[in-house]
Amino acid sequence: MAVARYIKDEKDRILDVILESGIHVKPLYTPEDLSRTGFDYEKDVADPGQYPYTRGIHPLGYRSRAWTTRQYTGFGSPQETNERFKLMIAHGQTGLNVAFDLPTQMGYDSDDPMSEGEVGRVGMAVDTLRDFEIAFKDIKLDKIGAGLTINAVASIMLAMYQAAGEKYGYDARVISATPQNDILKEMVGRGAWIFPVEPAVKLIGDTIEYAMTVMPRTNPVSVCGYHIRESGATPAQEIAFAILIANVYIDNVLARGFDVDDFVGRFSFNLNVFGNMWEQVAKFRAARKLWARNLKEKYNVKNPQNLFLRGLFGGGGYGLTKAQPENNIMRGAYYALVAALSGAQTTALCSYDEAYTIPTPHSALLSLRTLQLLMDEMGLRDTVDPLAGSYFIETITKEMEQKIEEEMEMIEKYGGMIKAVSRGYIQRLVARQAYEVEKGLESGELLKVGVNIYKEGVSEDVELHEYNNESAEKQIEDLKQVKKQRSQRDVLRTLKKLESATKEGKNIMPYLVECCKAYATVGEMTNIFRQEFGEFQEPALF
Amino acid sequence: MEEYAMHEKRIKILIAKPGLDGHDRGAKVVSHALKEAGMEVIYSGLHKTIDQIVNIALQEDVDIIGLSIMTGAHIPIVEKLMKKMRDEDIIDKTVFVGGVIPAKDISKLKGLGVAGVFPGGTPLSEMIEFIKTHMKKA
Repeated sequence: MAVARYIKDEKDRILDVILESGIHVKPLYTPEDLSRTGFDYEKDVADPGQYPYTRGIHPLGYRSRAWTTRQYTGFGSPQETNERFKLMIAHGQTGLNVAFDLPTQMGYDSDDPMSEGEVGRVGMAVDTLRDFEIAFKDIKLDKIGAGLTINAVASIMLAMYQAAGEKYGYDARVISATPQNDILKEMVGRGAWIFPVEPAVKLIGDTIEYAMTVMPRTNPVSVCGYHIRESGATPAQEIAFAILIANVYIDNVLARGFDVDDFVGRFSFNLNVFGNMWEQVAKFRAARKLWARNLKEKYNVKNPQNLFLRGLFGGGGYGLTKAQPENNIMRGAYYALVAALSGAQTTALCSYDEAYTIPTPHSALLSLRTLQLLMDEMGLRDTVDPLAGSYFIETITKEMEQKIEEEMEMIEKYGGMIKAVSRGYIQRLVARQAYEVEKGLESGELLKVGVNIYKEGVSEDVELHEYNNESAEKQIEDLKQVKKQRSQRDVLRTLKKLESATKEGKNIMPYLVECCKAYATVGEMTNIFRQEFGEFQEPALF
Repeated sequence: MEEYAMHEKRIKILIAKPGLDGHDRGAKVVSHALKEAGMEVIYSGLHKTIDQIVNIALQEDVDIIGLSIMTGAHIPIVEKLMKKMRDEDIIDKTVFVGGVIPAKDISKLKGLGVAGVFPGGTPLSEMIEFIKTHMKKA
């Protein structure tokens, strides 16, 4: 099932509602529903800050601290990115979130033939440490954290962030990076993978191990149900697959002989907000509970703080439409409301023009204001988990929990997450569901304002963010200069050491940091991995 | 045999993802839809160069190359494809483009030789109808 279904009679009265995850919504909920589902306050929800954290991870929710707003930013050159960072900080944004261009995400330098036409197009181009020095200039790296939205080469970007921090006098222990660093979801959705499953997971294990010992304020993995949902997964599958993917990374680090309590507390999640709002709220509440239970029962995690599902609940990209783009401003506001009602620690919204282009400064600011006015005007900070105790919400939260568990069992039955991704089982499943959604839109079973209902009368003009060819040329020119100025001996020496460490299966992080400090390029470092690991072979679709 | 001859020739189409972008929900949805509409669909997979795409088109002898592009780089990508198709002498094959395509670029793409442009949000039925009608004329 991938489409929320409304069964109606000839007078447009709703007879049944079936949510995407397969839950039937009743017209009325009463205390009887709670007894029917065996609802137990202490066991099922408990107070906020108490296991199983269904009601939230902080006892006082947003009273103690409003959410962190982290709009996705990154444009063309590192200089432009730096300016946009400062603009968003000046407007009250409390965290940074870096978008990288595709060549950087795929480990190619700006002057590589594979990068042609893509340099700086969907994010910042990064070739060497020089680019990070420019992008993070005059930013207080001990005060503000940076999300690094990159996966296949997240290890390289984390090393570069450390190198840049140290260059500006910040110790690795005080800076806080959140590299996305979730490669399995890239293989399911989004598609920015390079290496095969096993070495790709090993690199993630390396970053987790390294962060634990050297960069304790860093959150080395952000597990993304988000993109799996964007690719066609139901809300229940989004959570089920995210938890199972997180478990793959945990298992990798445990196999190195570490104690789970030493690292799992730094895991974070990136989850989506589009869809039926009640289903989303139930999803987030059930997700917190299941993640905590997974850690406690499967991994024997001891420290209660390590059981928290911390995360960015936001985005909503697939929910936005190209038709009547201004409607996306209103959609964004409702998505933000869902995130707030669900107790998101961090949030960000896709901007209304993202169905066309990367956001303009104007639309990115509108998204930020949407988030701010919820917190400061509408009363979302007043009390924690305000929907708790609703017969309806508590009932579907329990039902959602069951649906998520069923999806997890399905994957375990298939042979586990690694097998399901390597063989394309999940990819085919979500692609099929995505097609069902499109068919639902065409048949009218699924309603979308401006797309298949209320199609008339709103202007479709959107101001576009233009690709700047000159800044791409300048990036390539700057790379040339860096290559001329750097010590070739240091570059060769550090790359050689990285190569040996890679071959010997050592943790590559300290070697990457040395390469970055010698101004080795992203492409040079990635090529060593490419040679050693090979590339992921995409499973067939049909 | 007679019955076979009465059927139209089955359209064979390559759905290709050129370049580094990995957002393939659209490409996969379109692949499913065209297949269900009775066409033979080859899906290229991700991160293909223009040379690789033209090579698949040659080897599979497809009637249509459909490109899915989300990054905004559709103009340079299509220019490159057309050049390669001329070099390989397969410029007679039909090219369609889908993805994140601003309205102002549609006529530019058509000027480059693209037969049909389907920006995100185009109904699948409309796209299938367009392809079938176009291939009858071609």
